[in-house]
Amino acid sequence: MLEFSLWDILRNLLLAGRWTIVLSLIAFVGGGVVAMILLIARTARWRGAPTFVAGYVQVFQGTPLLIQLFLAYFGVALLGVETSAWTAASVALTLYTSAYLTEIWQGCVRAVPKGQWEAAQSLALDFREQLRYVVLPQAGRLAIAPTVGFMVQVIKGTALASVIGFVELTKTGTMITNATFKPFLVYSCVGLMYFILCFPVSYYARTLERKLHVKH
Amino acid sequence: MSSIDDHGLPKQGSGIASIRALRKSYGANEVLKGIDLEVARGEVIVIIGKSGSGKSTLLRCVNGLETFQHGELLVEGVALLHDGARAMRELRQHVGMIFQNFNLFPHLSVGRNVMLAPSLVKKKHKDATEAQARRLLERVGLAEKFDAFPDQLSGGQQQRVAIARALAMEPSILLCDEITSALDPELVGEVLRVVESLADEGMTLMMVTHEMNFARKVSDRVVFMHAGRIHEMGPPDAIFGDPQTAELKQFLSALH
Repeated sequence: MLEFSLWDILRNLLLAGRWTIVLSLIAFVGGGVVAMILLIARTARWRGAPTFVAGYVQVFQGTPLLIQLFLAYFGVALLGVETSAWTAASVALTLYTSAYLTEIWQGCVRAVPKGQWEAAQSLALDFREQLRYVVLPQAGRLAIAPTVGFMVQVIKGTALASVIGFVELTKTGTMITNATFKPFLVYSCVGLMYFILCFPVSYYARTLERKLHVKH
Repeated sequence: MSSIDDHGLPKQGSGIASIRALRKSYGANEVLKGIDLEVARGEVIVIIGKSGSGKSTLLRCVNGLETFQHGELLVEGVALLHDGARAMRELRQHVGMIFQNFNLFPHLSVGRNVMLAPSLVKKKHKDATEAQARRLLERVGLAEKFDAFPDQLSGGQQQRVAIARALAMEPSILLCDEITSALDPELVGEVLRVVESLADEGMTLMMVTHEMNFARKVSDRVVFMHAGRIHEMGPPDAIFGDPQTAELKQFLSALH
């Protein structure tokens, strides 16, 4: 049997960590784009949009991410489309992230005083300009800290993608455990890797929060 | 003022804004119960009345911040239509508004606050808007604050920037909604002086205010609103010196 040194374990986990990072980035960028579209639709009160967005957010917040992953993986297959673990995980995490980001960003837009909209309106700015030049810059400043903070949740959330066979940090940990029979050591290393990924992000979020609070 | 007849009322059709049979309700609560008002070019109209009498709502109807259910509102002869985005944008270029809480954009410098709307809406070149902003800030006595941010200014200064910002759109009528109510007493004068200078230069003004001395000195016509209607209207000397209705008498005596 192959002998695994600690370095072997770490090396394999580090390599797998890349996929955790890539999946997190996909979820975050994809989720951010979808959330922005939903936010604009909701704020502009497109026909049916407020109800749809509210329902969308409730569905994704009210069901476990694990189930969403299962549904994305097995559900799409039922439609006759062959899904890879990659596609399913990317789609599920993107939708999940978008629901939470929509909620967070909506709160930030709502936190911009009504008088700002009114001042922009009375200066004859159209809706797009009101949003682009007056409201979003102010909401954006409020949104930075909670958004970066939520990124930590997304990074940890990617661990669940292991159950549909997506080979990232957690899945690799399981595979190494099966080969080495050292679950405590391996999962300790896995945990440490998540911490190394998440800690700088949450630390940065806190720094941003403090900095932006002092200014306004 | 040539467009005003012997009774102190503007002639039909000469108005810069005409409000006809305007009614507005919030649900079952009717706050404006049929307002008729003609505003002549260059006229300074002060609207007084108790809180809840509908005076701010009336003002906010004129630039479409509030919708109304019945009646008609024309600015420069063009009817206000709430569902026409382009028509509303056109109308709002003629109507400037200054708010009680200034509502400056906190993320933009003073200069950028003034420059934003002309560059976006009128598509003016940056050099032109900057020169205009500097000129307007000088006019309100804040030339040196071009690069400052709103939160570095006093309330009075912020309100003067808000006036400059509204003027940058070259409106033909300026609405002032209790613009000194949020100010410390010692800062009220500097804002009112700017407004008075605008009136002297012939700007058409519709003001909701509690500054009765100012109303008396600067206005051409005073509108007293009560319970959603124009209860009494006339030149300031008549309104303040010889009030006709019991409600106005009571309102004026409550001020002293």
